[in-house]
Amino acid sequence: MIEFSRFQLDNGLKVLIHQDFSTPMAVVNVLYDVGSRDETEDKTGFAHLFEHLMFGGSVNIPDYDEPLQRAGGENNAYTTNDLTNYYCQLPAQNIETAFWLESDRMLSLAFGKKSLDVQRKVVSEEFKEHYLNKPYGDVWHKMRELSYKVHPYKWMTIGKDLSHIENASLTDVKEFFFKHYRPVNAILVVAGNVQTENVKRLAEKWFGPIPMGEKYVRSLPAEPEQKEKRLMNITANVPLDALYKTWHMAGRIDKEYYVADLISEILGGGASSRLHQQLVKEKKLFSSIDCYHFGTVDPGLLTIDGKLVKGVKMETAEEGIKEVIDQLQNAMITEAELQKVKNKTESVIAFEDMSVMSRAGSLAFYELLGDASLFNVELERYQAITVEEIQRFSKKILEETNSNTLQYFSNN
Amino acid sequence: MLNRTTAPPIADAVDFKLELKPPSLFTLDNGVPVYTFNAGPQEVLQLEFVFYAGNWYEEQNVLAASTNFLLKNGTSKKSAYEINEDLEFYGAYFNRHCYNETATITLHCLNKYLADLMPLITEVITDAAFPEEEIATYKQNQKQRLQVNLQKCDFIANRLIDEHLFGFHHPYGRYSKMEDYDAIEREQLRKFYERFYTHGKCIIFAAGKLPADFDQLLNMHFGKLPFDQNSVQEVKYNIKPAEEKKYNIVNDSNGVQGAIRIGRPFFNRKHPDFPKAQVLNNIFGGYFGSRLMSNIREDKGYTYGIHSYIQNHLQLSAWMISTEAGRDVCEATIKEVYHEMQRLREEPVTEEELHLVKNYMIGTILGDLDGPFQVIARWKNYILNGLDSEYFYNSMNVIRNITAPEIQELAQQYLNPESFYELVVV
Repeated sequence: MIEFSRFQLDNGLKVLIHQDFSTPMAVVNVLYDVGSRDETEDKTGFAHLFEHLMFGGSVNIPDYDEPLQRAGGENNAYTTNDLTNYYCQLPAQNIETAFWLESDRMLSLAFGKKSLDVQRKVVSEEFKEHYLNKPYGDVWHKMRELSYKVHPYKWMTIGKDLSHIENASLTDVKEFFFKHYRPVNAILVVAGNVQTENVKRLAEKWFGPIPMGEKYVRSLPAEPEQKEKRLMNITANVPLDALYKTWHMAGRIDKEYYVADLISEILGGGASSRLHQQLVKEKKLFSSIDCYHFGTVDPGLLTIDGKLVKGVKMETAEEGIKEVIDQLQNAMITEAELQKVKNKTESVIAFEDMSVMSRAGSLAFYELLGDASLFNVELERYQAITVEEIQRFSKKILEETNSNTLQYFSNN
Repeated sequence: MLNRTTAPPIADAVDFKLELKPPSLFTLDNGVPVYTFNAGPQEVLQLEFVFYAGNWYEEQNVLAASTNFLLKNGTSKKSAYEINEDLEFYGAYFNRHCYNETATITLHCLNKYLADLMPLITEVITDAAFPEEEIATYKQNQKQRLQVNLQKCDFIANRLIDEHLFGFHHPYGRYSKMEDYDAIEREQLRKFYERFYTHGKCIIFAAGKLPADFDQLLNMHFGKLPFDQNSVQEVKYNIKPAEEKKYNIVNDSNGVQGAIRIGRPFFNRKHPDFPKAQVLNNIFGGYFGSRLMSNIREDKGYTYGIHSYIQNHLQLSAWMISTEAGRDVCEATIKEVYHEMQRLREEPVTEEELHLVKNYMIGTILGDLDGPFQVIARWKNYILNGLDSEYFYNSMNVIRNITAPEIQELAQQYLNPESFYELVVV
């Protein structure tokens, strides 16, 4: 059970406090309700580029990192399709430094030209490092485009095309900032060795004066139900053939999400999972195979990806996956197997909750989903799942007409 | 009116009194030392077995790593599948890693299932069967994985720089080749396993919210096993660095980035300059605000990240600079790395920068000491290196007291381009 308290400033900023007096540290986590799904198709990669610019100096403070490091702190940030999250950890005595820094960059960035010029290059190198200069690096660009036809999950957080980042202008940057980076669109979580009254005082002092801004109302096109299976194949300079499959699944707070999460465990979580045991160990069709999903807020993708054993035909490999899915759909799983994946989930949650930083990030995320106290019922939602539900949802999700397949052929 | 231009007052982290709480130590009936650290907010624990079974002790390439990987793939009583099923049923995570001197088996589990898992761990440590079919699958899949990795410039660069620094015959410089996997046979795996695991030297580290009967439980299950704390015989290797210092390799003619590695041999933790060098390393390339990051990423935008670090080897180490940079700016990046070395040699760091780095280092160490897994990880590193809490307190004092002239002197001694091996892999 994770305890927290919550209040809201007049400008709409939500503040959550989670105390833990066993640590000498404090964590300040600011989540902005903006991700790459909020970009337009001709300016993708912007939410992520923006995350970089948030370190390029704010209106009153030329450099974000330096004062934080001087206060003995460290920080980082990440952008997903759904959100952008900034977090720092520092000795609890110096917590006001974090309030000062985070509030100033929420007030306004410096919008320096140099910062934009440099970060465009840095992000281009990040793009190259992770997506261009790696075998199979382009898979998720292709796979997202195949799987989503209208929803903005069809592009990756890094962006659809390098040119979008290269063409970003200061005007774009300013517009984006004042649209999304307002108190009304943000969640502040303060955790660790902190006193509630002090956090309230500091939040009022530093964040209170920031203009509220306009609430960003998201209206994204819903991905229509997929009616027939889609297939794509590419040939590239990679050593092994690979196979990628996705199926549409429900969004983060839907019952179906939790069932799909357990289905991914049954199929691909760990060495005793069905795909690994049957297709890597017994039939030796794949040298590696995984099943996972992206945990997205809006309806997401259940995914299987694997590398084929040299010499195995693509059709044989696909047939192997199909048989594993057929079993899951046609024969009820045992209570013991369900218990196994529930136990694994319980374990993962317990280990994640070891660190204050991780608890702070989770609270912010669940607050974004609607209510931070969802954090405390997460395990119950998994525990409530039945073998019948596993079967019912595996029939619904792992339907042929709901599937997207990318056959990735090696040219050598 | 709120003054946003002036930083709020801070407590200087350099003034903090950091405490590294010692672990508890007890010995199993068979002489195996067990270090425990009991703390944590959750009913979970980590149990790690360290064996002196790294590639230092192998007589055939990849044998140590293969033994470590395969030891849980079947015993005389259970198939690999049954073992995995058992472990995963209890929500446990069973990992193994092979390093240079040591190889480990680590269990992460919920406290309530610890007693159920113990017999299985014993079985894996004493009765691994290395079934032929498992070996065949392992070889095939490792070779495929290697094939994919060989297309990555960073992977190639990491292997080659170690080879250039230490020589391929040295355990720190050696790496896997396709034919090494082909040569692995059951009999050698079994022998290595019996000698270095079942009858080998073992040290146990545990952390988390440990159950009250933890010591007895451990002794009951592992106290009678035939570990031999005196079984490790000293093996010596001499390093044989490459004759040439600079290399340019084209691995992928269409590559858009180059992996740059610049490294020099360095001492291990026992050398008196080591703690000081860590401060210099921080300034140079050890944190986000470092000279290398500020210049090469934040000013020039040549790379997504550039870091320097001192390798954590037991015998001797290397001081390394590592980055992936745009293919057309690799040369410029290398030039800037040497330029930053030169600045550190020629100009003393300002008090302001030194003060920041000291606060940053102490602050992050304070954060690192937070949580039982982090504390036991630090102790494990110290114990394997033959160090004690004095090393910790001495390092803290070095960080607090080191001066700008000392930093400069250190840079003049160690950050000389002529001592560095340099490698670009496109």
